[in-house]
Amino acid sequence: MRRLSQNLHFARKYLREEVLPTAYCSGCGLGTIMNSFLKAVAEMGHTDLNQFVFCSGIGCSAWIPSPHFRADTIHTTHGRSLTVALGMKLVRPELKVVVFGGDGDMAGIGLNHLVQSARRNLDLTAIMANNMIYGMTGGQIAPTTPIGTKTSTTPFGAFEYPLDVSKLVAAAGASYVARWTTFHVVQLKEAIKKALSKEGFSFVEAVTQCPSIFGRRIGMDEGRRMLQWFRDSSVPVSKAREMRDEELVGKIVVGEFANIEKAGLLRNMKEAAMGVSRVGQEK
Amino acid sequence: MLTELNTTNPGSYFWQGNVACVEGALAAGCKFFAGYPITPANEISEWMSRRIPSFGGVFIQMEDEIASMGAIIGASWGGAKSMTATSGPGFSLMQENIGLAIMTETPCVVVDVQRVGPSTGQATKCAQGDIMQARWGTHGDHEIIALAPNSVQEMFTLTVKAFNLAERYRTPVILLADEIVSHLRERIDVPEKVEVVERQEILQPPFFSSGFDIPKGMPPLGRGLGVSITGSTHDPAGIRATTSPEIHRKLVEGLTFKIQRDKSQLADCEMIGVEGCDIGVISFGCTSRAVEDAIEIVAQRGIRVGHLRLRTIWPFPEEKVRELAEQTNRILVPEMNLGQLSLEVERIVSDGTKVLPLNKIGGGLIFTPSEIASAILRSMER
Repeated sequence: MRRLSQNLHFARKYLREEVLPTAYCSGCGLGTIMNSFLKAVAEMGHTDLNQFVFCSGIGCSAWIPSPHFRADTIHTTHGRSLTVALGMKLVRPELKVVVFGGDGDMAGIGLNHLVQSARRNLDLTAIMANNMIYGMTGGQIAPTTPIGTKTSTTPFGAFEYPLDVSKLVAAAGASYVARWTTFHVVQLKEAIKKALSKEGFSFVEAVTQCPSIFGRRIGMDEGRRMLQWFRDSSVPVSKAREMRDEELVGKIVVGEFANIEKAGLLRNMKEAAMGVSRVGQEK
Repeated sequence: MLTELNTTNPGSYFWQGNVACVEGALAAGCKFFAGYPITPANEISEWMSRRIPSFGGVFIQMEDEIASMGAIIGASWGGAKSMTATSGPGFSLMQENIGLAIMTETPCVVVDVQRVGPSTGQATKCAQGDIMQARWGTHGDHEIIALAPNSVQEMFTLTVKAFNLAERYRTPVILLADEIVSHLRERIDVPEKVEVVERQEILQPPFFSSGFDIPKGMPPLGRGLGVSITGSTHDPAGIRATTSPEIHRKLVEGLTFKIQRDKSQLADCEMIGVEGCDIGVISFGCTSRAVEDAIEIVAQRGIRVGHLRLRTIWPFPEEKVRELAEQTNRILVPEMNLGQLSLEVERIVSDGTKVLPLNKIGGGLIFTPSEIASAILRSMER
């Protein structure tokens, strides 16, 4: 058994020791997302997670906060984490509410709640780990799976178009939306810092590798190979704007999709309660 | 509007049932309401949206009933007493998260104003067909508390009671109303003092039930306790244990034991004229109002009816039913469904007692007193 000293790794103080090591497969990208989040939190000066409440649904990424984080964590039903988070935030506005979930959880079964949270500009941060597959259940097609991919439920190749989740959330009115991959660890961490500081709904999509369930179906059964793929196929938002749709097929557009100053749900509710009539228009 | 008082003054009012429900919730300390539009529960959301801000509470209309149920769970863990209100179709959508509330021992109140189903059915019409949905709507072994008001007065008092039981047992409580009781307008007396069970805090694990050990409150969040709340099987500290048969058995036994243990205390019933009766009637909700008149009609023919009126539907008041069955060998069970409660009664009474279902569905037409009186007379002839 490996013995790690308490102060060997900066993240240990944020983790529930009793649940380590993680249940994640080797080569999984979720540890990288966890690391980026905790680095962001550490750099923002939080020495513990006492001011946070984490909500998550069902799937591998829901396990990032629950059970790993030494914090108040609510592990809810599949897709419904944002609704539980809303109830929490509206009665405890002083707490930082952060939601973790996968693409199946947030863009599949729970997509309505994601869009509505962005529309409301609900004051919390949602981090979606997008591995382009239902990993925990064994590799079924997800709303984010590239067309043509063979999965356990599309044995002859996927015949549906994938959803650009970040674009959708930005269009629905979120204050902050960014997409990075687990190759872009520094950018991911910086995006999480911005998201945590933003009024309104902030959404960070982290494209991540699932070598065991997704990678091996597309000829990349090693995390390292998938990271190289992310590196080689990433295109910055600014550059993507000048590219034609057919040029963008197979590319991962990274960067900020929204970064605006806009009243969040809490402020709008407060003002409405004071009898001030206003629409949530941008400043 | 905004100058409305943040209290409900004691006194007599002429209110609709749904309004009385809101006032009862506010009197019980409800501080968070999430709901989705559905007939015949809309007046609850509408009146709540107007009233709760002056009590320092939050109203939000969600995108569906799944979200409403999720939001009241989140708010409850945030420390606010919380409630949602719906009807049959929405109640169906809530079932998965009702299971989450049971598993995470989250106090909250769910009002189901019953209407004609299945599916969209007859959206504006009364029915009593959600008895079994309330009991077994969510999957897996569990216990549930469900209360059935039969008047505007009880839309107030049983809503207060639902909040109190939710806190005491750390579980969701269903207020199983029906369209007629919810839309009925009649006199209600708001009492001088309303007994309210306040949220208790526990600062040390165990935070959750296990076997016979039931927590006496809820751990507050945001105070560094590191509370782990999960719908997965968990140990009393809240840490997931998804393979251990022992931990699962102890957890689910605890969740059922805490309600089963107090079955007798929870059995809130009205028993009238039971001793030496010729025939028994068991009823609840709007149906019981017609039974009251039917009893007077048959009394003119010299027939003595023992009436057991259930305010508690779940856990099923078995002892009260047995008490009635000791007095008579025939029990009429009128209900606005094709026989849900009557099955429970049959389960409880001995073979010597004849259970006579009387069923009426569709169109929202309540039983008339004469229909019930005729059924009583017919059954006496047998």
